[in-house]
Formats: sequence, C-alpha cells, structure tokens
Amino acid sequence: MTKITFKDAAGAARTVEAQDGSTVMETAIRNAVPGIEAECGGACACATCHVYVDDAWTEIVGKPSQMEEDMLDFAFEVRPSSRLSCQIKVAPNLDGLVVTTPAKQG
Amino acid sequence: MTESIETDVAIIGAGPAGLFAVFELGLLDIKCHLIDILGKPGGQCSELYPEKPIYDIPGFPEVSAQGLVENLIKQIQPFNPVFHMGEMVERVESLGDAEHPKFRVTTDAGTEVTARCVLIAAGGGSFMPKKPPIPGIDAYEGRSVFYAVRKVEQFRGRRVTIVGGGDSALDWVLNLHPVAERITLIHRRDAFRAAPHSVNAMRELVAAGAMDFILGQVSGLKGEGGQLSALTLRKESGESVDIACDDMLPFFGLTMKLGPIADWGLNLHENLIPADTEKFETSTPGIFAIGDIITYPGKLKLILSGFHEGALAAQKIHRYVYPDKRLVFQYTTSSTSLQKKLGVG
Repeated sequence: MTKITFKDAAGAARTVEAQDGSTVMETAIRNAVPGIEAECGGACACATCHVYVDDAWTEIVGKPSQMEEDMLDFAFEVRPSSRLSCQIKVAPNLDGLVVTTPAKQG
Repeated sequence: MTESIETDVAIIGAGPAGLFAVFELGLLDIKCHLIDILGKPGGQCSELYPEKPIYDIPGFPEVSAQGLVENLIKQIQPFNPVFHMGEMVERVESLGDAEHPKFRVTTDAGTEVTARCVLIAAGGGSFMPKKPPIPGIDAYEGRSVFYAVRKVEQFRGRRVTIVGGGDSALDWVLNLHPVAERITLIHRRDAFRAAPHSVNAMRELVAAGAMDFILGQVSGLKGEGGQLSALTLRKESGESVDIACDDMLPFFGLTMKLGPIADWGLNLHENLIPADTEKFETSTPGIFAIGDIITYPGKLKLILSGFHEGALAAQKIHRYVYPDKRLVFQYTTSSTSLQKKLGVG
C-alpha cells in the first residue's frame, strides 16, 4: 500500500494509506483529512483541493497540466510547488509522498 | 425595478433538481417560476463541470453535464416555466398560514414572486465570489474592495487594481480603463484563461503605457476607515512592494455559500435543510426542499435522488395548490390527460 503524509499549515502531520489508481484528493476525503474541501468532487473545476508538494517530491509528482494551471488561478498563495490534489494519481512510486495543505482553500 | 408576479410555486435554484421538479409539478397542472443567482440554468452542472460526463443518470450510460441540463430544459418546455436568472433570492416572507400557505419571494433585483409554495432546490447554496484570504480584507469590502461592478462611474478618476486572470478580470480591465485614472492588473502568472482577444487588448494597453500589469500575488492591504491607500504585492522573486491604489477588484471565481437561506426561519442542520422523506417539506409548512441542500437519514447527494425528491414533493404541493381536487396517480405512458399536457397526446 502506498502511504501519503498530509501536513496542515501549522505543521501537524497525518500519514494515511492510499489506493493506487485513486487520487491524492480522494485519499484525503476517504481519510477525513482536514484542509481539503474538493467542492467540485474531483472534476478539476474548483481549486479547493490545493496542496503544496514537498520539495523532495515535486519532480516525481510532476507539473500541473494546462487546465490545472488555469484552475490554480482560483487558489490563494500559489507557489511553484502548488498542485490540485485531485489531479495527482496515486501510484507505487509516490509511496512516502508528503504534501502540505494551505491555510485556506479557495 | 419591481416586478410583481403570481404563480403556484417559486423554485429557488435552477439546477437539475429544480428543473425536473418543474416537470413533476407541471404534470399536476402546477405552474412554476425558477430563480437562480447564475446567469443560465443548470446549477453546478453548467457552472462547474459542463463538459464532464455523468455515468449515474438512469437510462443514460453516459451524458455530459451540459447535455443533461439541455435535455431537462427540453423536457420541461411543455410547462412553460419562467426563469429569473442572475437574481439571488434575498427574502421569503409568509403571507398565509399552515393550512393555506402563501409566500412572497423577493430577489436582489427587486423581483417579487407571490406563490402558494416555495421549493428550495439550491444545491450547495448560492454561487458567490471567492474572497481572497488577505488579512483585514473585510474592513474594506463594499467601500474600496469589490467582487462585482455595479456602476462603472463609481470608478471614475480612481486608481483601480484588478486581480485575476480570467474573463471577469480582463473584461473589467478593458471596461474600466476609459474611466479609471489608472488600471493595474495583478496576476500570478503571465498566462491567462481569459479570451485571447481581451488578453491581446490588455497587452496593447500595457505596451502603450496606458496601464500596468504586474506579476505577483496580493499579500496585504493598507488604508484607513475602509478606504484603501495601497496594497502589498509579493512578486515572483519573493520581494514585496507596495502599490498605490484606491479600489481593488479581486476575481477568483465563485464558491458556494448558503447565503440568505439561513435567514428564512427554517430549521438548519450543519448548513443543510432537514426535510421529511415523505413530502420533502421543511419545518415551515408550504416550503419544500429537495436536492443537495437537504438532509435526512440516508440522504445521498445524487442527481437521481433530487429527481425522486421533486416527484414526491409535487404530490403534497398539489394539496396546497388545489385543496379541493383529488389527485389520481397516472403514468405518462398510458394517461391521455398527461400526454395532452406534454403536447404528445
């Protein structure tokens, strides 16, 4: 099982098990991780599942698509490591992934 | 502008649940007016994910959200529903009693609909502009921070900063440019979602020195008594600069908020309206609620649940609208009277 760690803006961390093939957003919702709202349910149509990918993981996770970049315009405090977690697919190579949720979702 | 209208049911929310309720009510000879804050019918389906396929509508292995909305609009056409789009219901006042309910529904545009019953199908609530989480922004809202433009003239001679990269942001850059003293556009990246011709027009103004475009994100506001004097901008490089400004217009899209529904005297549970599962009536007799905005044991936020809830609510609404008529249950496949109403008989 792939493990993902969610940190909140204050630094508190929770590590949960993620199903390969699901998304990081779905993993958060399934495990009631606070700080992820996912208002649109994963359609890449809002920006309320915004996360910062930990520096060590940005290359492996990759860059947002054009559509996701557009949607990130609706998020606040966007950084180079910003991604929408509904667009990150869980796979074995993400085992140990660390993401941080922002202080406020869009 | 005040418009006074009488109808049987005022439906608040023109998403799939509200649209299909028109059909179920129409079969029972009940007339409807629909009111929605968005500019076009369809609710979240049209606003959030029009191109996305939906796989759990019975009888449609796959249908796009917009396709579903278009079909629903076609399906309710025989009943001539009246749409009041781009208006938010602000007040629902009771004019009757529990036996003979009657309500006056008033929108922010001044439209007044008097109806026997109200059907709330407001989904996640009203789509409202997103507020950027800039410390202290509340103090400036309505005075020098605006999420929509009501009067262009109000910005005459002002230094206006517009934040965002979509059509709203770019359209207001171009529309306010002739009246404002100076327009500054702030966006987090040098790429825009807005229509290319507006982006080009903006770039021409910047090239001609007629306005400014700065890459960055607003991190703070400065001013006094609700009047902005400057905003602090964090540039891509990480350095912070202050930009003189009288008014700021942030455009970060829409989010769903319960809005004025909270003020209508209904029982609420965690921002949802509890409804009974027989009639889908709320704590106020004559006010019904269906779809994502309601809660009851076992509630699922599915479009198909909203359809079912509308059909059941229509039965009880019939009793309020036609207290003396007995309702006979009929099928559209076999009933000639229903077929006549649908224009297929």
